[in-house]
Amino acid sequence: MSAVFWKELADHLGSKRFVIFFFLILIVGGASAYLAAQALFGQESAGEFIYLRLFTVSGGGLPSFLGFLAFFGPLIGVVLGFDAINSEFNRGTVSRVLSQPIYRDWWINGKFLAGLTALAIAVASIILIIVGLGLYILGFPPDGAEISRAAMFFVISVIYLGFWLSLGILFSIVFRQTATSALASIALWLFFTLFLYMLAGLIADQVAPIKPGVSADVFAKHESIRDLVLRFSPVALYEEATTAILIPSYRGLGIAALLQEASIPTSPLPLGQSLLIVWPQLVGLVALTSVCFAISYVIFMRREIRST
Amino acid sequence: MSPVVEAKGLKKYYDGVKAVDGLDLEIGEGEIYGLLGPNGAGKTTTILILLGLTEPTAGEVRVLGHNPAREPLKVKRLTGYLPENLGFYDDLSARENLLYTAYLNRIPEKEAKRRVAEVLEVVGLKDVADRKVGAFSRGMKQRLGIADVLLKEPKFVILDEPTSGIDPEGARQILDMIVRLRDERGMTILLSSHLLHQVQRICDRVGIIHRGKLVAQGTMGELGAVVEEGEHLFVVRTSRVDENLLESLKGLEGVTAVEAEGDLVKVRATADVRSQIARAVLAAGVELVELKGHTYTLEEIYLRYFQE
Ligand SMILES: Nc1ncnc2c1ncn2[C@@H]1O[C@H](COP(=O)(O)OP(=O)(O)OP(=O)(O)O)[C@@H](O)[C@H]1O
Ligand SMILES: [Mg+2]
Repeated sequence: MSAVFWKELADHLGSKRFVIFFFLILIVGGASAYLAAQALFGQESAGEFIYLRLFTVSGGGLPSFLGFLAFFGPLIGVVLGFDAINSEFNRGTVSRVLSQPIYRDWWINGKFLAGLTALAIAVASIILIIVGLGLYILGFPPDGAEISRAAMFFVISVIYLGFWLSLGILFSIVFRQTATSALASIALWLFFTLFLYMLAGLIADQVAPIKPGVSADVFAKHESIRDLVLRFSPVALYEEATTAILIPSYRGLGIAALLQEASIPTSPLPLGQSLLIVWPQLVGLVALTSVCFAISYVIFMRREIRST
Repeated sequence: MSPVVEAKGLKKYYDGVKAVDGLDLEIGEGEIYGLLGPNGAGKTTTILILLGLTEPTAGEVRVLGHNPAREPLKVKRLTGYLPENLGFYDDLSARENLLYTAYLNRIPEKEAKRRVAEVLEVVGLKDVADRKVGAFSRGMKQRLGIADVLLKEPKFVILDEPTSGIDPEGARQILDMIVRLRDERGMTILLSSHLLHQVQRICDRVGIIHRGKLVAQGTMGELGAVVEEGEHLFVVRTSRVDENLLESLKGLEGVTAVEAEGDLVKVRATADVRSQIARAVLAAGVELVELKGHTYTLEEIYLRYFQE
C-alpha cells in the first residue's frame, strides 16, 4: 500500500488542480484572517482566545476562514477524489495495476490516505500561515489553550475534508465517466452547502410555523426540527464541531443553550468539555466517511477489470 | 508435473451474452499456447478469468495450482499480464512507470532499479527510459508493456493481442522476444490473437475459440489432421496444364474437386489418390514435376472452423 500512497501523494502535490486550490485557500484564508486581525486589533474586549477568533471573525465583507473552509473545503476534497478510479479505467492502467499482487481495497485505501495527506498538508500550512500572520499583526504569541484548540480545529477540518474525499472516490467508482462523477460531486456539494439549509428551514416552517405572537415552545420546536434535518449534513456537523472548538464559551446548539447562555455569564469551557460537546458530530463525520468506504468496497471488489 | 493452467467447464455469461461457454483449457509448463479466435470470441474474457479480474459464472480454474478468484495474490505474484488495451501513466517516464510496478510487487528499491534497467535493455527502450510515456508511439508502449510484464520475473505470462496495432517489423521483434522468453527463461506463455500467421509461427499449441467454445485444440499437425479427416488435398506440379489433364484428374475415383493455379493443380479427394494422380498425369502425356500432400496452414484450418 505504501507504493500506492507515495505515488498518489506525489501526483496530488504536483497536480495543477491541487496547486490552484491550495493558492485559492491560501489567498482567501490569508485575506480573511488579515481582515479579522485588523478588526480585532486594538479592540480591548477582544481579550481571550484572540488567535482563535482569527478563524471565526469575518471582516471587510469576506467570510470568516471557518465559513470559507466549511463552504469550499468540500470542493477541494471532492476534487482530489472524483477521478481516482475511473481515470485509471479510462487510461487503461487499471488492468496493469490490478494484475500486480495488491488487494483492491489497498489500492483505494492508498489513494484515500494520499489524498488525505495532501489535504492535511494544505490545511496545516494555511493554519500556520494564519497564526504567523496573527503573530505579526498582534505582536504576541498564542497561548497553550489556543494552540491545542487550533490543533483540534485542524484535526476536525481534515476529517471533514476526508469525508468529501471519500465521497469523491466513491463517485469515481460509481461513475465510469469522470465528467459525470465531477457533476455528481458538485451537485451533492451544492445540496449540502445550500439546499439542505433551505430545506431544513422549509420543513421547520411547515411543522412549526412561526407567526407573530407564538409561544417560546413553538419557537424551540422550530429550531430543533431545523437542527434535526441539518444533522444529516456533514457541513452542519462540521460547523457545529468547529464552532465549539474555536469559540470556547460555546455550549451547543439549540434554544436551551441559548437561554442558558443568557442567564449564566459565558465562561469558556475547558477543551475536554468542548470536545465532549463535539463528540457526536465527529462520530457522525467519521460514520459518513465509513459509509462511503463501505459502498466503495462493495462495488469495486467484484467489479470486472477490463480496460476498454 | 501439474499444468500451469487447468480450466474445466469455464462459463461466463453477461446477462444473456455467453462470452465463454463451457471452455476446457490445459497449458503445460514451458509451452507457448495460442488462443485464436475472431473478435468477440471470448479470448479476453477467458484471460480475465485466469487472472481473477472477473469471476466465472461456472467452472473450475487453477493457475499455477491456485484458484484465481480465491487466491488472486498468489496467482498475480507469479503471473505477468499484458492487457489488450495497455495504458501507462503518461506524465511519468518509462522508468518511473516500471518502478511503480516493481514497488507494487514489493521489490526492494535497489533490486527494483536494477531490474528496471535490465528489462528496459531487453525490450530496447534503454535510450528513451527517462522520456515521458505520453510521447511514446504505440509500438514503444507495447514494448514497455512487455518490460512491465518481465519485471516481476513471472513463471507464467499472458499476452492479450501482443502485436495488435504494431507494424510487421515491430510484430516480428515482439514475437521473437516471446520465443526467447520461453527458451531462455523457461516461461510458460499464453497469447491471444486473431492473427493466424503469427500464432502459427511461434505457438507450440493452438486453441481455436469461437463463440466462447474451444472448437479445436492441438499442435499445428494435429489440427491439420482433424481437418483432413475425410478430405485430402494434393498439390500437383506439372510441366504443362491443359484441359485434357484437368478432365482426366476430375474423372478419377474419389476426386471431388480440381483447381488449376498457374502451373499448380490442387486436387481434393476423399481418399489418398496419389498414385492414381501420378498415373493420370503420365497418361495425359505431361511430365510430373512434383506431387505432394498438402499441409494445412492455420488460416485454412481457421477458415474451415468458421465456415461451419
Ligand atoms: N461487460 C460486458 N457486458 C456484456 N457483454 C460483454 C462484456 N464484456 C464482453 N462482453 C461480450 O462477451 C463476448 C466476448 O468478449 P471478449 O472481449 O472476451 O472477446 P475477444 O475474443 O477478446 O474479442 P477481441 O478480439 O475483440 O478482443 C463479446 O461478445 C462481448 O460483446
Ligand atoms: Mg479481446
